[in-house]
Amino acid sequence: MDSAIRTRDLRKVYNAQPPAAAGRSDSQDQSRRKKESKPQIIALDGIDLDVAPGQIFGLLGPNGAGKSTTVGILTTRVRPTSGTAWIGPHDVWRDQTAAKRLIGVVAQRPNLDFSLTAREILLFHGAYFGLNSQERAERAWVLLERFKLTDRADQLVRGFSGGMMQRVSLARAMMHDPQVLFLDEPGAGLDPQTRLLLWEIIRDYNQKGRTVLLTTHNMEEADALCQQLAIIDHGKIIAAGSPRELKASIPGGFLLRLRFAERPDSLIDGLGKLSGVTEVRPSGDTGVDVYAGRGGSLIPEVVNTAAGCGVELSDVHISEPSLENLFLHHTGRSLRE
Amino acid sequence: MNGKAFLALLARDAHVARRNLIPLLFQTFLEPLLFVFIFGRVMVGSGYLPATYKSLLLPGIMAISMVFTGIWAVAMPLIGEFQFTREIEDRLLAPIDISWVAVEKVVAGLIQALVAGLVVIPMAWIILRPGLELRLQNPALFICITLLVAGFSACGGLALGCSVDQQHIGLMFSMVLTPMIFFGCTYYPWSALSNFPILQKFVLINPLAYASEGLRATLVPQFPDLSLPLILAALTLFDILLLVVGLRQFHKKAVS
Repeated sequence: MDSAIRTRDLRKVYNAQPPAAAGRSDSQDQSRRKKESKPQIIALDGIDLDVAPGQIFGLLGPNGAGKSTTVGILTTRVRPTSGTAWIGPHDVWRDQTAAKRLIGVVAQRPNLDFSLTAREILLFHGAYFGLNSQERAERAWVLLERFKLTDRADQLVRGFSGGMMQRVSLARAMMHDPQVLFLDEPGAGLDPQTRLLLWEIIRDYNQKGRTVLLTTHNMEEADALCQQLAIIDHGKIIAAGSPRELKASIPGGFLLRLRFAERPDSLIDGLGKLSGVTEVRPSGDTGVDVYAGRGGSLIPEVVNTAAGCGVELSDVHISEPSLENLFLHHTGRSLRE
Repeated sequence: MNGKAFLALLARDAHVARRNLIPLLFQTFLEPLLFVFIFGRVMVGSGYLPATYKSLLLPGIMAISMVFTGIWAVAMPLIGEFQFTREIEDRLLAPIDISWVAVEKVVAGLIQALVAGLVVIPMAWIILRPGLELRLQNPALFICITLLVAGFSACGGLALGCSVDQQHIGLMFSMVLTPMIFFGCTYYPWSALSNFPILQKFVLINPLAYASEGLRATLVPQFPDLSLPLILAALTLFDILLLVVGLRQFHKKAVS
């Protein structure tokens, strides 16, 4: 079956000033920067995606990883530097209008029409997509009801809270019943109750056979909602698969983040020989990350090994198999960093 | 082009304009009304200006009213909608080429500019009569010039609205619109500049000069004015130029 979303070697390079705090710069660097008036920032560096129809697909990564740029290209808002992007049978950048018919988009920041009420936003959106007035009115009514917005439906959205705006945005994106729904950080800044409502609505929409692509830096959201995931960092996909597959790919499963007073080489060797340990990595100045098939039961042996090397264990953090650990394993950084 | 989507975009703008009708009326008509009253009525009535000034002034006021309204109606919403809130995003995602979203803004601005221009005539007639001498000899030509003037003001609004940031709106008014109005042959005919030959040439780069002179040529032909073919050619050229520049700027703003 054809993919609902497909990209091939998608690259996006922005011509912009580098961030002021970016990296170390000596005087030679500075003079070179002055000559290059527009340094380039590589936002996407060869992204290949295949999303099957009817899937909830997640793009998981930290801020600035390239998630929103990927969504921007797929939704005609950002022009790729090279590569191709397809929605169903349509090349997004050759046949924009046809691609736009198939998609609904919820942007990261609320971009509601502040001159209109919630109901009018839905009605006009339906009109842009050619729905007749009866269809528009019926769908708007159903969506306002579903999103618990009926009591404020005829007020200007200017005064709405962030959560309400997010609900109107999602209702608007669903108004023309698109085949593919894009949600850029749908849960960001929402209270737990609203987030659960959104998750339920997204799942229901998916059950109708619709494809959903969402971006998130929240592992819980990715784990709870997505059937397939791609983990993205620095404009590249570093791992892809179902959440279960991805978590199973972490060596050992458990991650023990240990900190010692000092870290002799003998300690690393000793920890690597403990039963169930699959990988040992130095972390920071005196830290060690241990990937293992068990968690808490390993601690007495860790303490003994440390004592044998003449060092003291000063801090322990045990995490169960998670996407966070997977990200850490691939990048050496936490998703939250 | 997707006609249904285009009409829906136009309906959205009409709906918002209806909602803001009262402030819109004040914004459009208060200044020309006061101008007509002070210069056409008070200054002429007290003998500081000749009675014929009433007829001379009206086409200029009409041009200002149209140009100001057209630019305001297109530029101001665009400046706001392209800023942080990105309110225009939903319309950019409508199943229609984004150039048509810009053209729709121009059409909406053009309609508002036409209304603003045409309402000045009865309004001024009430304030200025007796003594106002309008001689509409060629209605087709008048309609053509009025459409071209409304067109360049709306296209100018598109070009400015997509080139100016929110923090520079004040600058846009003081650096672009104010000189345009004062050097636009609005309060005086172009022929009155014959004693200032350099200025007389200089004002010809200002599209408003052709707008005022064009309306003067069709409404009060008793006064000398620029040649009609020149006026028509210049207005057409400004319409096309500003539309092309406006569309280019719109694409730059809409797609990153």
